[in-house]
Amino acid sequence: MTQPLHLGHSRPRKEGRAKVTGAAHYTDDVRMEGLLHGATVRSPVPRGILRGIQFGDGIPWNEFVIVTAKDVPGDPMVALIEHDQPFLVADRINHAEEAVLLLAHEDRFLLERARAAVRLEIEALPPLLDLEDSLACKEVVWGQDNLFKELLIEKGEVDSVWKTAAHIVEGEYRTGAQEQLYIEPNGTIAVADAGGVTVWGSLQCPYYVHKAIKSLFNLSDDQVRIIQMETGGGFGGKEDYPSLIAGHAALLSMKAGGRPVKIIYDREEDMVATTKRHPSRTRIRSAFDTEGTLLALDLDFAIDGGAYVTLTPVVLSRGAIHAGGPYRCANTRIHARAVATNTPPHGAFRGFGAPQSLFAIERHMDVAAAQLGMDPIALRKRNLLKMGDTTATGQIIKETLDLPGILDRALEKLDYVSKKHQYDITNRASAPIKKGVGFAVFMHGCGFTGAGETYLASVAGVEGRSDGKVYVLAASTEIGQGTNTMFSQVVAEALRVPMECVEVAQPDTAVVPNSGPTVASRTCMVVGKLVQDAAQGLRQTLVQSGLLPEPYDGEAFSRAVKAYLEKFGRLKAYSQYSTPPHIVWDDQLYKGDAYTTFAWACYAAEVIVDTRTFEVKVEDFVALQEVGRVLNPVLAEGQIEGGVAQGIGYGLSEQVVWNNGRMANGQMTNYIMATSADLPRIRVYFEENPYALGPGGAKGIGELPMDGPAPALLNAVQHALGTTLPREIPLTPERLMEILEPSNA
Amino acid sequence: MKGQAPGCRVHTPASLAGALELLAAEKGVWRPLAGGTDLMVPFAAGKLPFMDFLNLWGLEELRGLEISEDAITLGALSTYSEIRNHSLLQREFPNLVQSAWVTGAIAIQNRGTLGGNLANGSPAADTPPSLLTYGAEVQLQSIAGSRWVPYENFHTGYKQTVMLPEELITRIRIRRPKGNNFHFFRKVGTRKAQAIAKVCVAAYARVEEGRVVEFRLGLGSVAPVPVRARTVELMVEGCVVDTLLIAAARTALMEDIRPIDDIRSTAKYRRTVAANVLGQLLEEMVEHFDRMA
Repeated sequence: MTQPLHLGHSRPRKEGRAKVTGAAHYTDDVRMEGLLHGATVRSPVPRGILRGIQFGDGIPWNEFVIVTAKDVPGDPMVALIEHDQPFLVADRINHAEEAVLLLAHEDRFLLERARAAVRLEIEALPPLLDLEDSLACKEVVWGQDNLFKELLIEKGEVDSVWKTAAHIVEGEYRTGAQEQLYIEPNGTIAVADAGGVTVWGSLQCPYYVHKAIKSLFNLSDDQVRIIQMETGGGFGGKEDYPSLIAGHAALLSMKAGGRPVKIIYDREEDMVATTKRHPSRTRIRSAFDTEGTLLALDLDFAIDGGAYVTLTPVVLSRGAIHAGGPYRCANTRIHARAVATNTPPHGAFRGFGAPQSLFAIERHMDVAAAQLGMDPIALRKRNLLKMGDTTATGQIIKETLDLPGILDRALEKLDYVSKKHQYDITNRASAPIKKGVGFAVFMHGCGFTGAGETYLASVAGVEGRSDGKVYVLAASTEIGQGTNTMFSQVVAEALRVPMECVEVAQPDTAVVPNSGPTVASRTCMVVGKLVQDAAQGLRQTLVQSGLLPEPYDGEAFSRAVKAYLEKFGRLKAYSQYSTPPHIVWDDQLYKGDAYTTFAWACYAAEVIVDTRTFEVKVEDFVALQEVGRVLNPVLAEGQIEGGVAQGIGYGLSEQVVWNNGRMANGQMTNYIMATSADLPRIRVYFEENPYALGPGGAKGIGELPMDGPAPALLNAVQHALGTTLPREIPLTPERLMEILEPSNA
Repeated sequence: MKGQAPGCRVHTPASLAGALELLAAEKGVWRPLAGGTDLMVPFAAGKLPFMDFLNLWGLEELRGLEISEDAITLGALSTYSEIRNHSLLQREFPNLVQSAWVTGAIAIQNRGTLGGNLANGSPAADTPPSLLTYGAEVQLQSIAGSRWVPYENFHTGYKQTVMLPEELITRIRIRRPKGNNFHFFRKVGTRKAQAIAKVCVAAYARVEEGRVVEFRLGLGSVAPVPVRARTVELMVEGCVVDTLLIAAARTALMEDIRPIDDIRSTAKYRRTVAANVLGQLLEEMVEHFDRMA
């Protein structure tokens, strides 16, 4: 086999120069003739009935474009999984910050005064704001019973085990909402006229927006065009929400006779109104034999979906499938429910349900180890999955898997064993500073869950253009994670040409096929493979045409592309996803191959706890993972470091403060994400185990690093303080104080 | 941005006298603007109830630092960066330098001013606890003349001060520590940078012949204004260092602070941590003077 030209090498970011020089064009940079600015008037209450809208004095209302629910031409609901979320409130208000009225004007300062001058007359209803209250149906705010989705995964006979098991360990674990905090807040521009609707925006999934706009305006496929602008981060936060903003801008544009309308959220509006990670509660009942073998796992996993369905059923599904952790357990029951509350809808966020349920199981393993009087390493090693074992859904692990080895190597990098021994002794002293080490072993399923990829049947392609370069055609977007560079490496490798011969076409639904949404750690592994196959097809076409004699260099290749176009007019190749033959999934019983493959990891952390201030400082962090073959080491390390930083915030400090269903700390000053001063050096290691179906052997990597930090950190806190009580994240200093000094006035 | 920039007026006076004349002539109209780091946040959020700004940034009269035998006098426009970079301040006023270091980010430190920090009147500001430990005084000037106010009397309530509408803060004077002394500053803000304090504790102590002869304890974020903990100070002053009753001091602190629950923390956390940090500082103080003895 020939040596890889590009794969496995750290090629610089394709769009890096434009970004650092400020040349990159973001949505708010777009200037257009006749542009109007749009603003959203939102509900201040979490639940109620809209009785009227008053327009205050001192504003020239006749100059404004004003849109209400009455102006909607087509389906008033956002087209996603369920059509239950209205673009604008008609009469029922189901969450605070819900959009009621839209305004547009060319003077954005006057627009802000107008927004403040609108008064909504609302008859308030008692809101449902708590997950347990929703499960108990204290109020019914959605359907018959508040249940968005319920599912059951069953394996073996869980209830046959309790009577005879040597140990039964029970625990309850909670996780909070988390804000995505991409650098660039949401923003969009729309033009809606007789010809159709065009949208430019900061977004992850052009075809999601396409679908929603088509249905909102009753238009055909080719009457709607969605163009992704340079996007300053997404993390799932720009997966479904842009459909709503694009609809708002387009409704305003339609009413304004086709003038372009721009809606840009500021940070506070973005934080309080858009989606966040689902809060969760997991109850675990587990049985072990005298040696620590896991005999049964009974999990009750519940998540708070907020006011509308959005992506919640899929989040629940991923969370449930990951809930059993990387363990072999013959008797498993996972009962998963997602419920409605009157908070803004929770949505996609890197990890998508898995960080919640993996936090619970990985925290529980350390709680169980303490109860059994076992070392947490030994307890896990007895139960870790290996090749030939089955997961909770009955998926057989068919690839080589050495989780004990991954565990050992991560702990060795942290110097875990000797530190643990040392801190066991030093923590006995009365000094206020305690130290601890902890770890978590986990996995993340790559690509869509279950039959998701089969239903999507994604298409991606490549096109030779008159500049002699080959362009990647995919709706999978660059949102900071390195898609452009990765696609270019894959294609340049397949074509055996320099990186300069490859460009990535701007995602524009008029130009690129639907390669599916930019989610689920699938862009590299699934779409990258399609792009690779298409590139191989294009190369074959060129070679067979006789225009590309081998061997060739970049210049010869470009000449061949140009010559082919002159002769035949068009040079394109596409590839469509087909389900690998061994993959079987039953969506009714939730049994079978939940994912084509998993990425595997062990993360280990060292913490320092100041028992005077209850602050936890992360002193050292080791992130070791098996993600197939690494295509671009610098980008891959960056993905892991960023995910770990986000995971540290999730575990320790990022708390959404709710006040009657509204986010009270929607400012970066008061929402405490970690800064570089708070982070340790994050040490990233890759174990390479090529995955046969990924491009160049790669698996998905994007979400994995979000799953491990929180349980590893809290396990380290358990070690430092000698208490198993920290079971809720974020473990803020206030929470830790309540654990350590509950009675203190 | 929700701030109404087009409707704003910004007047830049040529001199301090010009600024004071305008403040006297149009009382209550002009909002003094120094570094702008406090004002711009609510302005951008559309929550600042002022539209007319008196831009003090160019006034040389309000800059600089004077050194005398007993005191240092800082111009009101001294920035956090100037404070933390000044070698004499680093040597003699470590609490003030540390509080300048932990205020905002570098960009904020380059622009934010000591006078602005006081005029803004936030109980969560980082420099006030330090200033309280150094017996600071504030010079207020109007067209009618100037007066010196002890800083501990400067704040009268939440975001309220003794300043009259026609007055500006012109200087801040701090007394130079003498003899055998100890300084302590700790901000608890959950993250290390870019945080607003949940609890801030600063202390200054001087010992003569093994006895505490001067003890000043300043706290932030535990009351409607930055406070001196008088009860604790009285209890510690006059004590022989080795006989300090730390547990009693922690209890006494509860008389001096009135913390509340807010979006950043809880009253209980603030009480508990303020007491714990007081314990830490007294232990470190005893250790420090024992080492010196």
